[in-house]
Amino acid sequence: MSSQSSSPEITFHAEHTGGTKKIWRTFWLLSILTIIELVIGLFIYNLHKGDNPNHTLVLAFKGMVCILTLAKAYYIVSVFMHLGDEVRNMIMTIVVPLCLFIWFIAAFLWDGNSWKVLRNRYNGMPDNVEKVQPAAKEKGAKD
Amino acid sequence: MSTAAAQQGTKWWRQKPVQCKLWKGDDVVFFNERCFYIRRLPDQLGTIRFSVNDWADPNHVFNAFPFTGHDANLPLAFVSLMTFILIASSVTMVLAVHEGHNMNRKGVEKYMVYTIIGGLAFLSCQAWEWTHLLTGEHVAMIGDGTLSVLPTTVKSNPWGTPLSHEAMAAALQATPHDQLASIAATLHHEGGAHNAAMSNAELIKFIESSGLHASNAGPIAFGGYFFGITGFHGFHVFSGVVINVVMLVKTRLGHFDQRGHYEMIEKAGLYWHFVDLVWVFVFLCFYLI
Repeated sequence: MSSQSSSPEITFHAEHTGGTKKIWRTFWLLSILTIIELVIGLFIYNLHKGDNPNHTLVLAFKGMVCILTLAKAYYIVSVFMHLGDEVRNMIMTIVVPLCLFIWFIAAFLWDGNSWKVLRNRYNGMPDNVEKVQPAAKEKGAKD
Repeated sequence: MSTAAAQQGTKWWRQKPVQCKLWKGDDVVFFNERCFYIRRLPDQLGTIRFSVNDWADPNHVFNAFPFTGHDANLPLAFVSLMTFILIASSVTMVLAVHEGHNMNRKGVEKYMVYTIIGGLAFLSCQAWEWTHLLTGEHVAMIGDGTLSVLPTTVKSNPWGTPLSHEAMAAALQATPHDQLASIAATLHHEGGAHNAAMSNAELIKFIESSGLHASNAGPIAFGGYFFGITGFHGFHVFSGVVINVVMLVKTRLGHFDQRGHYEMIEKAGLYWHFVDLVWVFVFLCFYLI
């Protein structure tokens, strides 16, 4: 082990002698995943064309597309960027911080949703407030 | 593989964290950093999208394809072509890296040329798509309750919710003469001069009889985010192409043979794959969901 780490040049070349088979297999995998994504996208399109799209079904399809995208990202990073060939600790150096993304996405979408709820609830509220205040003043002036 | 294999029996906390060239470790840290920068754009897009009631339907916005005319409705077709171009160029890039490991200069040159062609093809597709959206003419109801012909730009978005039949009739009545004439002109039937000579009532009758479907103007943020994010990505593709051209020239000049290794090709490849990776998420955020 020590002899290998002292001459990384050798291990570096040994890493990729596996041939191009794996690369092409990944290419076909990515293509197939993309085609499945497209088919799901067309499903969503056809659901939206109907008068009353089933929102749960649309959401389920969108979730499936997200999972397929993550699978594609996994293959690109692990095969094309050769990260899968690295030692486990280096992989973890990348993957563990990326877990923060779960929180980022949840927080940002949550924020957007609460914004929408507030927008829909209080739309027109400022008008009402303005209408009430001058009336109250007038009343006060008369008294 | 062999470094990982050599450490197979060792517990992970005893393994060396990094067993590779220093630049590769740097690139890993940098890769993470780029992910953390870039994620802000889709995250903010998500916030804006969740905060409005009517975001544009991608199948409605991106349904055009070159040379198929104005009335073609091909949702997802053009963007899937772009995606395949980018995946294919990613594969040729990784094949160039592979040939570099075998010190095969001719092979590296061949695959670098393919990768550059793929990158340029992708950029051309994007240029077409941007042009199509920026010059597109769609009828939408704007804020003052009149109908207007709008392109998709950072300042206007015609892709709101569809107008009901009654709302559209009312909006047509409120629309001034010059806007009515330009709407009639988008229907590809009459020349502009002839439309201008028609009276309002005639124009409204003509527009209604054409079966035109207008919609509300959508949130303005759509264009800003779409052109911002795809433009940001497209600029990275452009710089990737420039880097690849430099690498191709250096390969042809024999610089890497003199150096004894083709690591620069691998570094260019990491950048190219990162650009491909970002596209996977752009594809998801804008075109699929």
